[in-house]
Amino acid sequence: MTEMNEAHEDVSRGGDGVEPLLKLRGIDKHFGPVQALYGVDLDLPAGQVTGLCGDNGAGKSVLTRCIAGVHQPDHGQIYFEGQPVHIRSARDAAALGIETVYQDLALADNLDIVQNMFLGREKLSHRLLDEDSMETQAAQTLSTLHVTTVRSIRQPVASLSGGQRQAVAVAKAVMWNSKLVLLDEPTAALGVVQTRTVLDLVKRLRDQGLAVMVISHNLNDVFEVADRIAVLYLGRMVAQGPAADFNRQSVVEYMTTGSAGGRPLEPAGSASGEG
Amino acid sequence: MTADASQTPTGMPDATVVTNVADAPEVAAADVPPELLADSLRQYVRAWWLRVRSGNSGVLPVVLAIVLVAVIFEVITPEHAFLRPSNLVYIFGLSTIYMVLAMAETVVLLLGEIDLSIGAVALIGGVIAFKLVQQPGPDWPWWAAILAALACCGVIGALQGTLVARLRIPSFIVTLAGFLLFSGILVVVLGGADGTVGVNSSVANQRVIYDLVQGLIVPVVGWVALAVVVAAAGAALWLRAAGKRRQGLTAPPASVTAIRIALVALVGVAVVLICNGNRGTSLVKVEGIPWVIPIVLVLLGALTMLLQRTRFGRYVYAIGGNPEAARRAGISLAAIRIWAFALCSATAGLGGILLGSFFYGQYSTNTADPGQVVLYAVAAAVIGGVSLFGGRGKAIHGVLGGIMIGAIAYGVSLLSLGQLTTPLQYILPGGVLLGAVLVDVQSRRGTGSVTGV
Repeated sequence: MTEMNEAHEDVSRGGDGVEPLLKLRGIDKHFGPVQALYGVDLDLPAGQVTGLCGDNGAGKSVLTRCIAGVHQPDHGQIYFEGQPVHIRSARDAAALGIETVYQDLALADNLDIVQNMFLGREKLSHRLLDEDSMETQAAQTLSTLHVTTVRSIRQPVASLSGGQRQAVAVAKAVMWNSKLVLLDEPTAALGVVQTRTVLDLVKRLRDQGLAVMVISHNLNDVFEVADRIAVLYLGRMVAQGPAADFNRQSVVEYMTTGSAGGRPLEPAGSASGEG
Repeated sequence: MTADASQTPTGMPDATVVTNVADAPEVAAADVPPELLADSLRQYVRAWWLRVRSGNSGVLPVVLAIVLVAVIFEVITPEHAFLRPSNLVYIFGLSTIYMVLAMAETVVLLLGEIDLSIGAVALIGGVIAFKLVQQPGPDWPWWAAILAALACCGVIGALQGTLVARLRIPSFIVTLAGFLLFSGILVVVLGGADGTVGVNSSVANQRVIYDLVQGLIVPVVGWVALAVVVAAAGAALWLRAAGKRRQGLTAPPASVTAIRIALVALVGVAVVLICNGNRGTSLVKVEGIPWVIPIVLVLLGALTMLLQRTRFGRYVYAIGGNPEAARRAGISLAAIRIWAFALCSATAGLGGILLGSFFYGQYSTNTADPGQVVLYAVAAAVIGGVSLFGGRGKAIHGVLGGIMIGAIAYGVSLLSLGQLTTPLQYILPGGVLLGAVLVDVQSRRGTGSVTGV
């Protein structure tokens, strides 16, 4: 218990003293004999972009899925708006206002933008699809996000560029009064111009007061948008704090060795063992 | 055509648009329905032509192909008999089974699955309905017999769908097994290899089933019905498009809506004119619209409504386009798949009843070969423009493809080629099918290669 409180003090030093929207405390997760996460703490404050970094296999995806309701942690507690919560399914996550944009975007190519944005949550009137109000609402969401490069929101997603598809997937995620958006490698497959579009979109989400977590390998992108940075190394959260406390070199060191500038692994209790 | 962004239609008030048809990357534009890119007739035609070139243009190619086939047969048949009203009406009756089964198959093809059993299931449905109105015998009212037959077929479809959806056995195998199984059961239901069942057109209850294809609507009633349908459909189309435009939503240009309504009216008038002419002799008059035309139209309307305007339809398209996306959206893939197979088989059952009626109310083991029927039905759907890869196509494509198949089959038989007739009845649709699949594959490839902002 005292350990957890200490961890809390430690982690929230960069959080402006405000209660973060989502707090993870001591999250453990193992799959069979493989331990994927060791006592991970993470704060995701509203109105800030948190960049989650880590090498392949560091546990970024598992951590994301624990928040998104795909996996349940073995130990540890998730607090949402200060309340302890159990997220058992994607539906639970959506009910809290947590939406995830996976790397593969999960868009149906043959459906148009409006149909994709409302997929699974269609509006009905007289038991038929209420296309008009869905189109109006989708258009509003896109325009608040300044997604302006699509010719028509009635064009099939197949005809969109990679950046536009990412924008549609993000718009789909934020349309439901969501408070926290998790973006898994949002710029991985994109060119320079499209990456810029998506990063601008991420900043706009932050400006609208949402908590955003961006999972990325690309440190350029992370330093461009992130207000806070968290680094996972072999399932442990080895560093977390305001982006200003980091530089490119220290993040790379944390990602590759779990420490930077000779500092020891931060969660001291679990530092021994494999490395 | 100017580059003025305000010209381009969009639902977004301040989402201005970077491009219009003129400077759009062509591959991407080819995927976009023309009404989205155009608010004048000229832009519409231009956008439409772009789609045609990419092999992705809705019903027009198959309509043009049907016209082409009709013209060719008219020219080469002896006495230029192909376009005689009696032949045209007969072709529609002959095509009914293909049209209805192609519509049924469309539902399953949209999921990215296939149902090879619907030929046998359709015939079973027909035989069940015919058996149930027999007198002496069950003597059920005609509507109860039809409903029971459709329900039986629906259950068969649901069972096959369950195997596909729950156990994830490929639908090709499940329904191939189903095709063999139900072809055998069909013979049993008929009462042996030389079994027959027929409806007696002199019994009022059985007469209704006999009339489904053979019955004729009094010419005056035909005209009145046409006027009502065109007025209602035209008003609905126009008001819907006008309402969308008023709200600033995506809608085709007014001129395009007007042209569409005019085309519907024109086709309707042509059909009624052809059907209401006397196709018999001066002594025995045969005139009027066969019942089967409104029946097919109602089925087409119902399926179109279901696929385009309901959640079920949307989910069918979503599963065909990206099953993983549908699953993550909380859609129950298994439930939708099972219902789709049930719907497909029930629709096929209706086709079987109409087939019996087309053969003057007689069913025997020689009436139709279930294998040939289902292969023609799949071919009809694909020729009409339904994608074999799932997610693309509409009920209307099944209807048009069915007409194409019927027109070719009957046209060849008119040529009096003797020995060559039967081979050509297979070879010609085969060639057309191959062409249609090439277009399908081509347009699919086109959508995969879209790049650029």
